[in-house]
Amino acid sequence: MSSLSATIQEMFNEPGCAKNANKSDAERKKGCTKQLQPGGAAGGCAFDGAKIALQPFTDVAHLVHGPIACEGNSWDNRGAASSGASIWRTGFTTDMNETDIVFGGEKRLYKAIKEIINKYNPSAIFVYQTCVPAMIGDDINAVCKAASQKLGKPVIPVNSPGFVGPKNLGNKLAGEALLEHVIGTQEPNYTTPYDINLIGEYNLSGELWQVKPLLDELGIRILSCISGDGKYREVASSHRARAAMMVCSKAMINVARKMEERYGIPFFEGSFYGIQDSSDSLREIARLLVERGAPSELIERTEAVIAREEARAWAAIERYKPRFAGKRALLITGGVKSWSVVAALQEAGLELVGTSVKKSTKEDKERIKELMGQDAHMIEDMTPREIYKMLKEAKADIMLSGGKSQFVALKAAMPWLDINQERCHAYMGYVGMVKLVEEIDRALFNPMWEQLRRPVPWEEVAKNRQTKGMAQMDAQAAEVAADPETTRRAKKVCFCKEVDLGTLEDAIRSHGLTSVEAVRQHTNAFGGCCKRRIEDILATMPVSSPPAMLQAAE
Amino acid sequence: MAIVTTPKKACAVNPLKMSQPIGGAFAFMGLRGAMPLLHGSQGCTSFGLTLFVRHFKEAVPLQTTAMSEVATVLGGYENVEQAILNIYNRAKPEIIGICSTGVTETNGDDVDGYIKLIREQHPQLAKFPLVFVSTPDFKDAFQDGWGKTVACMVEVLVEAPAVGAERDPARVNVLPGCHLTPGDLDELRTILEDFGLKPSFLPDLAGSLDGHIPDEFTPTTIGGIGVDEVAGMGRSSWTIAIGAQMRRAAEAMQAKSGVPFRLFERLCGLIPNDEFIAFLSDISGRPVPAKYRRQRGQLSDAMLDAHFHVGGRRLAIGAEPDLLFDLSSMLHEMGAQVTAAVTTTPSPVLERIGTKEVLIGDLEDLEELARTRNCDLLITHSHGRQAAARLKIPFYRAGFPMFDRIGAGHQLSVGYRGTRDVIFNIANLVIADREENHQPTPDSWRTSRRPLKPGRRSFIDATEGSIA
Repeated sequence: MSSLSATIQEMFNEPGCAKNANKSDAERKKGCTKQLQPGGAAGGCAFDGAKIALQPFTDVAHLVHGPIACEGNSWDNRGAASSGASIWRTGFTTDMNETDIVFGGEKRLYKAIKEIINKYNPSAIFVYQTCVPAMIGDDINAVCKAASQKLGKPVIPVNSPGFVGPKNLGNKLAGEALLEHVIGTQEPNYTTPYDINLIGEYNLSGELWQVKPLLDELGIRILSCISGDGKYREVASSHRARAAMMVCSKAMINVARKMEERYGIPFFEGSFYGIQDSSDSLREIARLLVERGAPSELIERTEAVIAREEARAWAAIERYKPRFAGKRALLITGGVKSWSVVAALQEAGLELVGTSVKKSTKEDKERIKELMGQDAHMIEDMTPREIYKMLKEAKADIMLSGGKSQFVALKAAMPWLDINQERCHAYMGYVGMVKLVEEIDRALFNPMWEQLRRPVPWEEVAKNRQTKGMAQMDAQAAEVAADPETTRRAKKVCFCKEVDLGTLEDAIRSHGLTSVEAVRQHTNAFGGCCKRRIEDILATMPVSSPPAMLQAAE
Repeated sequence: MAIVTTPKKACAVNPLKMSQPIGGAFAFMGLRGAMPLLHGSQGCTSFGLTLFVRHFKEAVPLQTTAMSEVATVLGGYENVEQAILNIYNRAKPEIIGICSTGVTETNGDDVDGYIKLIREQHPQLAKFPLVFVSTPDFKDAFQDGWGKTVACMVEVLVEAPAVGAERDPARVNVLPGCHLTPGDLDELRTILEDFGLKPSFLPDLAGSLDGHIPDEFTPTTIGGIGVDEVAGMGRSSWTIAIGAQMRRAAEAMQAKSGVPFRLFERLCGLIPNDEFIAFLSDISGRPVPAKYRRQRGQLSDAMLDAHFHVGGRRLAIGAEPDLLFDLSSMLHEMGAQVTAAVTTTPSPVLERIGTKEVLIGDLEDLEELARTRNCDLLITHSHGRQAAARLKIPFYRAGFPMFDRIGAGHQLSVGYRGTRDVIFNIANLVIADREENHQPTPDSWRTSRRPLKPGRRSFIDATEGSIA
């Protein structure tokens, strides 16, 4: 058994990866992805990647060994679909606490495995290592081995603590776990010359089922899908397949290549996104199977199915083409999805103003160039601020991306479509392509956009009125300040009878009043609650004798 | 009343609990121009981020120090330094809030020390607001992380008022627990303003995660309470803390600035709101506006209409302590029986929940209890959806996360009006369940015994069935 760091190093040497082949030894040692930048990184960790790759196995219990964050914050968050078992959607974690950190978590892990087997009896248990137990030295390989032997169930260690690298590395580490502990451990009940493996297909939103009917019709059997709607027994006996298709770009290239090396299963890299890609992939599957001994009539039958499906799909898409004329799309997604979706969108008549190639390999980029022309606008790394600006300035009519960047588009009142793992619709194969076009149409022509983009009618009016009102108020205030008489008259002293300061002062001055009682007699002031205030006024006013003229009149 | 127990199992199944650091990060999201930063590997941030995005359907700022295996062994100083500099230069935030995680707590990073050193090394950061909270994943839960973080914010950001400085009699601090939604905060703001009070919410998620569309794209939070306003909270006349989790922050506020506080453990229900409104009337010196007399009447009427449906229901509820206490008490007061109660972390309110036993456990425990005790109403966050489907009982989503329905940020439960809405929604679920699943049939009341001979039938033979 090799150590984790040795496994990772081995993966960096992966000969199946074209990118690797062009690297110097030193470069290769550093690994496939750019060093993560603190404060500027986005994306999941290796554990996340491993879980993504394996969780779609539906009859397996997925046990996360770590503190609550790793499973508690993330479980049941993916839209893979199952045709049967539901145990894969159950969240299992050792929820390590302080005591476990101090004394080690191995015992708790063993007990947890035992509990799961007693209560749920799954076909197998996959145990995921995370950062904290890796740091304190919990040996999950040893625990899993002991548990397998004692409890008589496959217990598979998946050694991919988050801090060893990004999601993509985790995908590959998951693959290593399958290669080391699962694949080839069981035999299928029977085999046919039409058995294939799909590698790196996760059946998100059930999209595998958009293609499976075609394979069924051709008599092609998916011996094992790694891992969408997969079963433990299927992957354990997947080494008997005749051919394999690697669906999700390079994520699990190590599985495909090593299965070729160990069991002689030839593979090709293909995609079911887009009409052309679907046809190419079906052709390639048929070709490989025939090469491995299937009757050659399979190729003719495949061509017939392709011709029928293509005609159907084109006919369905045809009516959207005039609607999409002149519409521009911006595509922000990773890896394989860029070129396969580029092809699909072009088929529907959309113009692509840009596509991200952040996670794409050199090969992926070549394919994009092939599709979009030499001047393809490939975006290496675009900040959300730049995307927002681009959309705000209407350089694109719709953005297609993963869920995390959706708000950049939506907040710019720009149509957006989810093409990543959290999406609700399935877009695979011929029917999926038609569905994608339908969804784009629905998004582009929703009458809501026009309402949201309209300027707010009352905002201008309000602004004008507000400035006018403010000016008026300012003028009034200035007037008041300039004229002491107005101020005097405006200030109420007795609230009950509404007598103002001016009236009181005049009365006091003209009659030479000195007491509240006298003020009451000469004015309307009530002298109840305002008694104190009148006293204050009397105190501040000089006691003056009444003007002579008035005295005379009295 | 209730005994708090912890099950002895080794494996948590279908966790109810979420981790402490993201609770802390959540609190930072209520500050304006903030960038919360988790000191851990990038997955810690990524999982939290996805969870918040799915709940709010909003862009959420959350960064990571991206600890690698090597950095973890050597210590995370450089990662913290780089992360702060990168965020400071690129996102131009007004504040960076840092929470530790399991990884960096296990290797014992001294982040407070790091921050001191970073301030010395980079003079531009000497006065820049940086708040660090220790929140290991392997201890406590989401609500604890929130409570600790708000307490830390108070300690670091609130300025002690000068001796003899005057307090603003209208200004009131509000320290809301993490179980309140942006919609709840807006409701409270309206209520306080109706009494002529000027509230400062810390944190103020209603400014940042209420779904408003900002004019400019910003990588930090798009609203919330500003650091300057937080600094001035020491001059308020009162602090209102909502939820027992906020006691710590309220006490920190009192210690720092002498502002007295009143803790409201609940704001859902008739009696708690009567107390709340009376308190506001008291501190503001104003009579209760007619609007609230009407709202109180509406709530009373809602209770009258709903008690037929809610009364006698056997409730299974799983939530963090403050939300559990709030909702279960309200329903208990409406005649429901709190039959199964599961929570995430210890709290002084738990033993006052109107039930025999409160379990610190997971959703497997809740589902099991609900099944064996024949519960007919389930309340928990969205992760309870699988259990609800298996139990086939009405399911009311409450708490965080709520990712499989929209409008989570505006679900209202505080005030007379919020309580009224909650009561209506729950009662309607019960009514819909009855209509869909419990229609009477000719055999609903038939006993399994052989029919009696004609002439000897009596009403006593029909066992009492339930159409409810």
